[in-house]
Amino acid sequence: MKAEILIKQERCKGCNICVSFCPKKVLKLDTLGKVQVIDGEACIACGQCELRCPDYAIYVDKKVNA
Amino acid sequence: MRSYDKYFRENRLPHMWCPGCGNGIVMKAIVQAIEAKNLDQDKTVIVSGIGCSSRASGYMNFDTLHTAHGRAIPFATGIKLANPELNVIVITGDGDCTAIGGNHFIHGARRNVDLTVILFNNNIYGMTGGQASPLTPLGKKATTAPYGSVDRPFDPCHLAEAAGATYVARSTAYHVKHLSDMIFQGMGNKGFSFIEAITQCPIAYGRKNKLGDAPEMLKWMSETAVMKAAYDKLPEEKREGKFPIGVFYNSEFTEYTTAYQKVIDLAGGAR
Ligand SMILES: Cc1ncc(C[n+]2csc(CCOP(=O)(O)OP(=O)(O)O)c2C)c(N)n1
Ligand code: SF4
Ligand code: SF4
Repeated sequence: MKAEILIKQERCKGCNICVSFCPKKVLKLDTLGKVQVIDGEACIACGQCELRCPDYAIYVDKKVNA
Repeated sequence: MRSYDKYFRENRLPHMWCPGCGNGIVMKAIVQAIEAKNLDQDKTVIVSGIGCSSRASGYMNFDTLHTAHGRAIPFATGIKLANPELNVIVITGDGDCTAIGGNHFIHGARRNVDLTVILFNNNIYGMTGGQASPLTPLGKKATTAPYGSVDRPFDPCHLAEAAGATYVARSTAYHVKHLSDMIFQGMGNKGFSFIEAITQCPIAYGRKNKLGDAPEMLKWMSETAVMKAAYDKLPEEKREGKFPIGVFYNSEFTEYTTAYQKVIDLAGGAR
């Protein structure tokens, strides 16, 4: 994984904005309507999800190799 | 998590806005501008009126004032006059600013009070369930316009400029970074700065007008907003259905509290 994705589940309202703007289909809403990572390997850390999440529920950082 | 978290009252989150509401995006753009501008948290005051958008003041970690409907600008003017050192930021909705507060808006601009006014334009009265506002576009439906609005909307940017604002800009919730930059530049202007932030209300406006969900409303912004420089070069027929974003106006004029200090000095007042 090139990126670390942090989700604050209790803040997510399932609006689908992050899912729609992710260019790599990394995210999907689960059956309860909360965002989940379905393909973390594909994430390029572009940050499009974090940029427009109205609820500050998702954060992405580039992984720094130790 | 992020350096700007300190500008939020995190114990008040999640906020009360509906799923997909753009207000959260605009609020983040504001705090990022505050951070970039390095404004002193103890010398920055957030003033809002009434409406969904005006609830933002309750989530922001500054001295905040949630005032009466349409009256944010008068309260903010009072704060600025009493203590010109403060950075005063106004958060208002399209109903709050251009309907009940329309008069206060033009006179705040006329006086060129040093305020940064951010209008969250969702084209509707969100909080009260979707009545038409003076910014509801022609033909769009609202609970008070079931056949589509026949009332010609204002262009709030033109209105601000004509009334005397010295900085006027527009951006959208889609263009978050650009929006934040428009606000940042507005904070740098000594005088009345007006920034229109186009934002989505998927619940009271989008649903009624079949505009799709929040992501679709954001995509509409990305497809119809054009940077001012490019928009200015478009032939008339290609402007159809598009709108410009960017800085529309920037000028210099004596700021109100500066002018008022002269009155105080002349009258031999306390300061
Ligand atoms: C004096 C007064 N009149 C009417 C209302 C009812 N009211 C509350 S919010 C609102 C409209 C809000 O619309 P807008 O400013 O566009 O904000 P939004 O909710 O869309 O963010 C109205 C009419 C009120 N609170 N006070
Ligand atoms: S954008 Fe935010 S609130 Fe909306 S589904 Fe994604 S994480 Fe949840
Ligand atoms: S009614 Fe509209 S403006 Fe109000 S919180 Fe819901 S989506 Fe946002």
